[in-house]
Amino acid sequence: MKKIYRSIWFLFLGELCLGMFLTLKYMFKKPVTINYPFEKGELSPRFRGELALRRYPNGEERCIACKLCEAVCPALAITIESEPREDESRRTTRFDIDMTKCIYCGLCEEACPVDAIVQGPNYEFAKETRSELLYDKAKLLENGDRWESVLSKNIHVDKQFK
Amino acid sequence: MLPFFFYTFAIISVISSFMVIFAKNPVHSVFFLILTFFNATGLFVLMGAEFLAMLLLIVYVGAVAVLFLFVVMMLNIDFNSLRTGMIKNAPLGLLIGTILLGEMIFSFIGMKYGVANKPGNELFIVLGEEENTRALGKVLYTNYIYLFQCAGLILLVAMIGAIVLTHRKRDNVKQQDAVKQILRNREDAIEVKEVEIGKGVL
Amino acid sequence: MIDFLYSQNFINVMFIIIKIIALVVPLLVIVAFLTYAERKVIASVQLRKGPNVVGPFGLLQPLADGLKLFSKETIFPTVSNKIVFLLAPMIAFSLSIAAWAVIPIADGWVISNINVGILYIFAVSSLSVYGIIMAGWASNSKYAFMGALRSAAQMVSYEVSIGLVIITVLVCVGSLNLSDIVYAQKSTWFVFPLFPMFIVFFISALAETNRAPFDLPEDESSLVGGYFTEYSSMLFAMFFLGEYAAMIMMSGMATILFLGGWLAPFNVAILNEIPGFIWFALKTSLMLFIFLWVRATFPRFRYDQLMRIGWKVFLPFSLLWVVLTSGFLITFNLLPVNG
Repeated sequence: MKKIYRSIWFLFLGELCLGMFLTLKYMFKKPVTINYPFEKGELSPRFRGELALRRYPNGEERCIACKLCEAVCPALAITIESEPREDESRRTTRFDIDMTKCIYCGLCEEACPVDAIVQGPNYEFAKETRSELLYDKAKLLENGDRWESVLSKNIHVDKQFK
Repeated sequence: MLPFFFYTFAIISVISSFMVIFAKNPVHSVFFLILTFFNATGLFVLMGAEFLAMLLLIVYVGAVAVLFLFVVMMLNIDFNSLRTGMIKNAPLGLLIGTILLGEMIFSFIGMKYGVANKPGNELFIVLGEEENTRALGKVLYTNYIYLFQCAGLILLVAMIGAIVLTHRKRDNVKQQDAVKQILRNREDAIEVKEVEIGKGVL
Repeated sequence: MIDFLYSQNFINVMFIIIKIIALVVPLLVIVAFLTYAERKVIASVQLRKGPNVVGPFGLLQPLADGLKLFSKETIFPTVSNKIVFLLAPMIAFSLSIAAWAVIPIADGWVISNINVGILYIFAVSSLSVYGIIMAGWASNSKYAFMGALRSAAQMVSYEVSIGLVIITVLVCVGSLNLSDIVYAQKSTWFVFPLFPMFIVFFISALAETNRAPFDLPEDESSLVGGYFTEYSSMLFAMFFLGEYAAMIMMSGMATILFLGGWLAPFNVAILNEIPGFIWFALKTSLMLFIFLWVRATFPRFRYDQLMRIGWKVFLPFSLLWVVLTSGFLITFNLLPVNG
């Protein structure tokens, strides 16, 4: 009996009709797309995007040249050189990140004792040339200045889970 | 207007049938053959034989020439080795060509002076008010029904023969059984079992 | 020369040319917007939005695409056969347009009302395999060649079942003229008595136009781009337009054979007031929508399954229906008598 039922079902293309009506049903559902360049999706505070170097509110750069991030970086993307400044505090003279090497793992952010290097919410930094992706200290600090309001908020929100 | 079209089709078909022989690349030969067929179709249409024209297009251009093209494209022909036997085979080719030409001349003479051209003889379809599809059908399915059926039978036998000759049963090949797949359903194929912890399913 | 310009012949020729332009230009516009419709339909099935940036609702997207293809460079493969390579897209494109010469859009609205209209369409659609096979051969690329071979085998196979479907309809009509086929459906459309044949025709039309789920010749996962792998810019666009024009042609043919052409669905005065070409366009677009709907629903067939369905299912099935239909017509003395 079941065999006969299956045969009739097959003869009248039952499976095909089922599939067609499923897609027809979906045709009248609301699309889930967002219009990307005009609308953007919600980002988690832990989102790991473009790297940035932060400053203290008084304008002093946070980085103390401990080189923990350089050591932990699995992609060897970070290069740091340092010597004492005039006020004898230890500061970096060179802080380069090769964004073409960076794998956005976030280990540098976790290693940093002073929350200096962070991964910001910016993911739209495609460039036309390779050399534009070799960030130096000035560029990283500029990133930090530009995104500071979002960065500090994200760090504050995420603090309770660390 | 009519002579213009006639001469266009005729000239192209003659030139392209020469090119079938003279083209260096066999694939080009087949393309020129198709062009010849196509122009012959045009000539048929000019004569008012539109049914025959379309049949020529469907059967020869649409099916037979595609198979020619397939064979010529798929076989990797070595052109130099083909040309070596040219002089040796030329007399035979000439002989066959002459015989064919002679037969064509005879049939034309026969058409002009033979018995068939007497008025009232059913050999010819009278071009007139009746559309030629119907006229053709009327002749083909009445006077020539036995010959027509015979031709069909010969084709059927040839087809069966070709299949029998090329078909071989291979036992070591796994084949899909569509009916078996379709008649199978979820209940026959899947069984949900309760698995107790620490014991496997038997 | 002056005499010729005023002669009846010249006026006739000009009239035919105007008729051709009046058919081909809207056809090409419809082809362009069919690509847009396809993207929109598939997008809505997949819960996306589809093109919506260029113009209102993205309506100008096909124009933008066309402009892009126009401005691109035509690339010839190094060892390709240039003449055949150029000829292939032209053949593919012009054949899919040529078939429209005999399709009656409304009562009497046809460029050439020939007696063997249906055979003409059948012949032209069987010729379109040459565009593909020439493209595959001239490209001098293994992907293009494989695609061409697949496509040629597929089209030749499915033409057989389309031919048998056409024969079934012809047995009910008694004429090869497309307008006569429509007139014969005044009381009932053939889709009702011959519904299984309609399904067979539709599925074979999918295979004949190389549409999903039978789009093996352009199967990108195994053949890159199929027979037009090596084509770019306008040559590619001509293949593309040709494919969609063939799709519209097949839908138009299904409309004429089964859905009563330009006739209104019910013989009611209000519906009959609506001009015939609108009914024809509506029915054809319904068929086109099903083409797109099917593409959005089903995965691609495997090649051996495609061939199995064509030869082992559709061919015997449609042959059986030819015999059944003619037997039925003879038994109940329903054979059409005209002429």
